[in-house]
Amino acid sequence: MIKSLHARHHQLADQQRQREILENGIFREGRLPKFERKIAEAGHPALMPGELEIVQVNVGYMCNQVCKHCHVDAGPDRQEIMSRETMELCLNALAKNKIRTLDITGGAPEMNPHFRWFVEEAHRIGVSEIIVRSNLTIIVANPRYHDLPVFFKKHGVRVCSSLPFYNAGKTDRQRGEGVFADSIRALNMLNDVGYGRPGSGLVLDLVYNPVGAFLPGDQKQLERDFKLELKSHFGIDFNNLFTITNIPISRFLDFLLESGNYDDYMEKLVNAFNPAAVPGVMCRNTISIDWLGNLYDCDFNQMLGLGIDARVKGHVRDFDYVELKSRKIAVSQHCFACTAGAGSSCQGATA
Amino acid sequence: MEHHYYNPEDLKKFGSIAEWEGNLAKKFFDWYGDVFKEGDLTAREKSLIALAVAHTVQCPYCIDAYTQDSLEKGATEKAMMEAIHVAAAIRGGASLVHGVMMMNKAKKLSM
Repeated sequence: MIKSLHARHHQLADQQRQREILENGIFREGRLPKFERKIAEAGHPALMPGELEIVQVNVGYMCNQVCKHCHVDAGPDRQEIMSRETMELCLNALAKNKIRTLDITGGAPEMNPHFRWFVEEAHRIGVSEIIVRSNLTIIVANPRYHDLPVFFKKHGVRVCSSLPFYNAGKTDRQRGEGVFADSIRALNMLNDVGYGRPGSGLVLDLVYNPVGAFLPGDQKQLERDFKLELKSHFGIDFNNLFTITNIPISRFLDFLLESGNYDDYMEKLVNAFNPAAVPGVMCRNTISIDWLGNLYDCDFNQMLGLGIDARVKGHVRDFDYVELKSRKIAVSQHCFACTAGAGSSCQGATA
Repeated sequence: MEHHYYNPEDLKKFGSIAEWEGNLAKKFFDWYGDVFKEGDLTAREKSLIALAVAHTVQCPYCIDAYTQDSLEKGATEKAMMEAIHVAAAIRGGASLVHGVMMMNKAKKLSM
């Protein structure tokens, strides 16, 4: 298993270095327009929030996998874990502001020792929708996780899982040897308790992202292919497939630079800029919270250390819905990934 | 003239052919767009056909474009290679089937 950029003291483990790369090069030279200019031309002088619907809480960067494209640079060697106290602050913010959706992500969020308590409490206080972004393999990684499907079901969790392809070759190349087989086992276990099965009311969504420096294809067509292949070969059912464009940060940025694809990929994103995708970008209806309780416009900005508007209070203990609505969303050139083609978000295509 | 007949950057300028004949270019690009829409054939099947034809006409621009397009449409690498074998089989077969013509002629000429 490869190590995280962080453990290797790689230059891209430094958030500032990543931000420099995105601000310079082809964008500094003027060969490509910057994101801010591009959205201004599309009639958005600044990117402003809409209604806040989702609070996405990153409960830590520890993970049992080390995926080659991971924007979090997650892995077993990462020690950042959200404390129970910070989770309490998140729950207070959710309850006080009547936020509809709690979206729990990581790393592998299930590895946080307080994960189950967090889900139970969120369920108890009546959060309408609880999403857990599970990497699937964690369910079969250790006997203590085998009951996760039952736990998810008990608390009405909506499960959202990455599966970049419906065969082992592509999946394992991105996510690690054996990941596809383990993912299939985990999907079978989720199906066995009802997840993804028609009429069960238990939602199991899959996330597709390209295995390389290209854009995702049409979400509906890929969903149809995935459903056909996973059902016919493995008997697996799921609800929706969400296509997500790879964001040029962290390990995917490393891949782009190392493989000589960076300039072409950024150009592709810029050329595919779709003004119709701008209103639906997820930073307009989501707030991201890191393991320390700091607020960000999205999980990607969190990983870049691209802080929330300095005019608003930036910690979950001071979570102020009204004030947050007045903020200006922080952007850089990685944002082009969310506005390319049919758009991209944690809920899939947006345009 | 450039030092190379083919330049990857030129692919991005395909649309510029409209500069000298806009009316016909518009008809071509509209038609082209419709051709690749999903019909009885899926968009992925069409992309794989395009990839195979690209190898038959040996157009570097088309190979570049439809390698990428096939990946985006979710084709496996194996499917992409199978498509090229189909193209190669037809090319090879087209030569070989003419062997019958050669044989007919040779037999007619020979005692």
